[in-house]
Amino acid sequence: MTERIFTRAMGVDEVSGVRPTVEAPFGHALAALGAERPEIVGMTADLGKYTDILPFRDAFPDRFFNMGMAEQNLVAAAAGFARTGFMPFATTYGVFASRRAYDFVAIAVAHSSLPVKIVAGLPGLTTGYGGTHQAIEDLGLMSLIPGLVVIDPCDATEIAAATRAAAEHPGPVYLRLLRGKVPVVFQPEGFLFEIGKARLLREGGDVGIIATGFMTERALDAADRLDALGLAAGVLHVPCLKPFDAEAVADFALRCDRIVTAENHVMRGGLASLVVEALHERGIQRSVRRIGLPDRFMECGAVPTLQKRYRITVDDIVASAEERA
Amino acid sequence: MALPANHPPESADLRALAARALSMRRHMLTMARGPGQGYVGQGLGIADVLAALYFHELRWDPGDLAAPDRDRFLLSTGHYSIALWAALAEAGVFPLSELSTYGADDSRLDMSTLDTTPGVEMIGGSLGHGLGQAVGMALGLRLAGSPARIFCELSDGEMQEGATWEAAMSASHFGLDGMVALIDCNGIQADGAVVLDMEPVAEKWRAFGFSTAEIDGNDMAAVVAALARTRQRDGRPHAIVLRTRPGFGIPTLMAREKAHFIRVDAGEWDALAAELEREGVRND
Repeated sequence: MTERIFTRAMGVDEVSGVRPTVEAPFGHALAALGAERPEIVGMTADLGKYTDILPFRDAFPDRFFNMGMAEQNLVAAAAGFARTGFMPFATTYGVFASRRAYDFVAIAVAHSSLPVKIVAGLPGLTTGYGGTHQAIEDLGLMSLIPGLVVIDPCDATEIAAATRAAAEHPGPVYLRLLRGKVPVVFQPEGFLFEIGKARLLREGGDVGIIATGFMTERALDAADRLDALGLAAGVLHVPCLKPFDAEAVADFALRCDRIVTAENHVMRGGLASLVVEALHERGIQRSVRRIGLPDRFMECGAVPTLQKRYRITVDDIVASAEERA
Repeated sequence: MALPANHPPESADLRALAARALSMRRHMLTMARGPGQGYVGQGLGIADVLAALYFHELRWDPGDLAAPDRDRFLLSTGHYSIALWAALAEAGVFPLSELSTYGADDSRLDMSTLDTTPGVEMIGGSLGHGLGQAVGMALGLRLAGSPARIFCELSDGEMQEGATWEAAMSASHFGLDGMVALIDCNGIQADGAVVLDMEPVAEKWRAFGFSTAEIDGNDMAAVVAALARTRQRDGRPHAIVLRTRPGFGIPTLMAREKAHFIRVDAGEWDALAAELEREGVRND
């Protein structure tokens, strides 16, 4: 009889388990910002507890608004709030912010470049709840909205820094949220986050891994293993899908023989598509292998099982990097 | 920052407001004559309400459109822009001569509102967007300690958009008594007469916790009185169900079966304008 695996269905299993973690980095960062900036208000759509915004609510109960299970109204009301001089941080799951409230994000918020920050939980394959809750195409959808900044951070350090950067950015932002116990990959001391800038983590040669979101952590682990196998593997972290740092991607690719992209998103419309476009536009010929989610809705199940089944683990990055064109 | 008095005058000059509405209707004919088409039916229908708002009820200053404590009017049905342009031009926000550019390339006076035109508070036209933004504005103004109010026009067809009811629920939940939903029930939508029966409209808003009135939206005295009642702030948001008639003021247009989007032959405009003057005199 096969072994049955049980994990918490709503998955705090984003973490790979080998690094130290920080609890609710977004909520604590927002609470700290709230003390400095009285115009920040927190909003959610019945997912305050599950989007780590409760530290802000506890610090500023008068500036926190739970709009109920109504994501279109969450975004519309955030737009109205912004038009009266406030800066709303509105949280929900990525699926609801993108699929359900798309017209409101596009027209009510982005068309007028309002300072609304949408913070989106359960990115990609970080929940076992199946297609209803897995935001597997949100990066593509949100990147298509003119003027919307789209950020997929890697770790707790970057979430905190990106939250601050979002507040400093005058326009609208979509920020993917890793919640709960989030690993620390980048040392917080001296960490700088600049919207639209990629981060070179490791110089390559044989292969260059271009990654976004938590896949960057896996790319680093994969690079270590490739190094032991005698392959010089570089890692470029691209936390912003929009604006996209095409120059950094091109420069990095020129220094590597071949490229692997790694994203927690379907392989169309996200990081891989942007990388291929950037290289093609500049006439840079490199083979590009893609690590990402398939073009299908996935079933319910334990997150580690699904991530293995749909090939977004460290093993999968290593295998792709080893393949020669 | 110069703002008008905190409250509108207790008594309205109904004759003056009716004259404003007639003048706005004339402007709409000027606008539609340019491209030969437009949402004239809806515009003529809502003209009395906009006249009552812009020339009596709203605390706003055409010379200071960004005043933080201004009352806001949100036109959720962006395609009614023809009526908004008429009101704003009548108030002096932009010159009357500009009205003839309505719907032309590079005009500021589009057939659907963008917020780049002076006096426009939000982008209307993607239906179901207005009331939710009104909720956010009302929450923001309350948080800022502002006495300003939000008036949000929406239409009977627009009540079919679910986001309208999400907004209604939250307005009631948060006790946004500085917010007024103005529901233009003119009985038409894109595919003809209202496609889904929305009755009983007033009962729906009442059930959602709104202080609700139902009036003839083309009766200036009734409009002014209903708007004045919404000054009461008792913890409930307000809804006024406005029964309006598309094309009001021009019998030929009122008699049209297809009134959602009106195209008029070039030769007809003078006859329509003459009808408007005859009716305007009769209503006076």
